[in-house]
Amino acid sequence: MNPILEGLVKALWLLVSLDPEVYSIMFLSLRVSGIAVIIGAALSIPCGATIALRDFRGKRFLMSIINTLMGLPPVVVGLLVYLLLSTSGPLGPFQLLYTPTAMIIAQLIMVVPIIIGVTVSAVSAVDKGIREKVLSMGATGWQLTVTILREAKIGLLTALIVSFGAAISEVGAVMIVGGNIRWITRVLTTAIVFETELGEFGIALALGIILLLLAFIINWVLTQLQWSGLRR
Amino acid sequence: MTVARVKPETRLTVSITILVVLVAGGVLAVSYEYYHWRPMQYMILATTTSTYDSGLLDYLIPVFESKYNIQVRILSKGTGESIEIAKRGDVDVVLVHAKTLEEAFVNEGYGVHRVGVMYNDFIVIGPKNDPAGIKGITNATTAFHKIVETGNQGRAIFISRADRSGTNAKELEIWTKINVKPSNKTYSWYLEAGAGMGTVLRMTNEKQAYTLTDRGTWVAFRDQLKNLEVLVEKDIILLNPYGVIPVNPQKYPQRNYKAAVAFAKFLISEERQRLIADFKKEGETLFFPMARDFGKATQLGFPNQAQEVAWYDTQDPLALQSTPFVTIAELSAFHNLEVNFSPSLICSWDGM
Repeated sequence: MNPILEGLVKALWLLVSLDPEVYSIMFLSLRVSGIAVIIGAALSIPCGATIALRDFRGKRFLMSIINTLMGLPPVVVGLLVYLLLSTSGPLGPFQLLYTPTAMIIAQLIMVVPIIIGVTVSAVSAVDKGIREKVLSMGATGWQLTVTILREAKIGLLTALIVSFGAAISEVGAVMIVGGNIRWITRVLTTAIVFETELGEFGIALALGIILLLLAFIINWVLTQLQWSGLRR
Repeated sequence: MTVARVKPETRLTVSITILVVLVAGGVLAVSYEYYHWRPMQYMILATTTSTYDSGLLDYLIPVFESKYNIQVRILSKGTGESIEIAKRGDVDVVLVHAKTLEEAFVNEGYGVHRVGVMYNDFIVIGPKNDPAGIKGITNATTAFHKIVETGNQGRAIFISRADRSGTNAKELEIWTKINVKPSNKTYSWYLEAGAGMGTVLRMTNEKQAYTLTDRGTWVAFRDQLKNLEVLVEKDIILLNPYGVIPVNPQKYPQRNYKAAVAFAKFLISEERQRLIADFKKEGETLFFPMARDFGKATQLGFPNQAQEVAWYDTQDPLALQSTPFVTIAELSAFHNLEVNFSPSLICSWDGM
C-alpha cells in the first residue's frame, strides 16, 4: 500500500482501537508540553509585560538577546539540560535525567524566550492612550495591569499557541534528556523518529497525523479563547 | 485597532475564565506530577540498537521485571554513546558490542565484572550486481581491499555508520588491518552517514552501495532492501560478541548496582542463555549464547569469562526482593519522602 495512505488508515485505526501505548505516548506529549507552556507562561508573561511597560537602558540589547534565544535549536537546549542533569553534572544528585521532569525542564527553557518575546510585542502594541485614560479614571496599579493584559489578550494567546506548537513538535531536546524510553519518556516526536529508523514508515506517519490532530484540538481551544469577546 | 468590541463586562468574564482555566490546568498538572512521583525501584540499561530493535530485550526483560520487581528502562543508542553516558554515571549497566571500547571502559575504572553474553556476526552486504566482485569471499579484509580498488575507479560506494557504534568500530578495525584510513575527504567512494543501522541500510539500498551490518538488523530489514544481498560472511573477524558491564559502584554509588548485577546474572544464567538461543526472527537465530562456553568467550575477547561467571554465580539477586526495600518504599510513599532521588539509597537498606 502507498505509505501515505497506509499512514492515514493506521492513524485512524490506532485512535479507534484505543491502543494503550499510543494513548500513553499522546498523553505524555500533552503532559510534558502542556506543563512546560503553563509554567513558562506563568514565568514569562509577567517578565515580558514588565519589559514592555518600562523604559530602561539596554532594553533593545535585551530584546535582541531574547529574540535570538527564540531561535534556540532544541537539540542545543537538550544537550545543555543533559549536562546539567547528568549524574556528573551540577544537578546530578536529583537524578532527574531520563524522566518526564527532565523533558519539561528542557521544553520550559525552550518556550520561555518565545513567550517573553511575543508578550513584549503584544503589550507594547497596546495603545498608550488607553493607559493614560485608565489612569485618569483613577485606576489602581493592579487595575491598570489587568486592563493592559486584557487589551493584549490576542497577542498573549498567540504566545501560548506558538510556544505550545514549538514544544509539542520538538524532538531534539526530549530525545536527549528523555532517552525515548518505552512507556516512560517516549513522546509522539521521539516515537516518530524511532519508527522511522525501524523502517515502519506507516506507523511513523500515523503518529505524525495524531500529533497534528492533537495540536489542532489544543489550538482550536486556544483560538476560541483568543477571539472570544471580540466580534469578528 | 478598529476591532469592534462587546460590552466590557463580557470581556472581563472571558478574561477571568481564561485565568481560571490556566490556573486549574496548572494545579491539575502539578498534582498529577506529584501523584505519579512515587518512589519505585528501577534500573537504566544503555544498549545498542541491534539488541533493542531486534526485539530480544522485549522478549527477555519482562521476565526480569516481574521476577525482581525492578523496572528496566532501556536507552537504545550506539555502543559509543552508551559507554559515554555510562562514564558520566547516567545508567546502571550497559549491554554493548565493541571490545576495545569495553576494555577501556573497564580499565578506566568505570565498569566492573565485564562478562560476555552472546554473539552474532557481521556481514558485508552490497548491490546484487556486485561491481567489486566480492561475493563468496570468506575473508572480509580481502573484500574490503577490493571495495577500495573498485571505489577508486569510481565504480563502488561504501557507506559507513560513522557514529562510533559497535558496527562502526568493527568496520574501522577492518580498515586498519588493510592500512586504509577512509573518510569522506580522502575518498569520494566513502560516505560517512552518521546514522543508525536502519537508516544506513536504506541509504545503501538507495545508492546501491556496500556496507557492514550486523545480521540481526539485516534480517529485520531485508524485505525493504530489494537491491542488496549478503556478499561476505563467516569470517572470524566478523564475529560480533556482546558484553554486559555494570557501572562501578565505587565511582557512582548513586547508581543501582545491585539491580545491574542481578541483570547481568540474569542474562548469563543457563535458563536465559537457552532463551537467547531460542529467540528467532523470520526463522533465523539472531544471537548465539556464549556466557557458559568459556572457550568461545575467550576467543571472542573475554579472557576472564570463567572467573566472572563464577563470581556472578555466587551473587544473590534475591537480596533485591527482601522485604525491607518494599516496606521502606511504601513507607516513604506514604510519608511523601523523596527517596526516589537515589535508587541506591533504597537498595542500601538491603544490606542492613
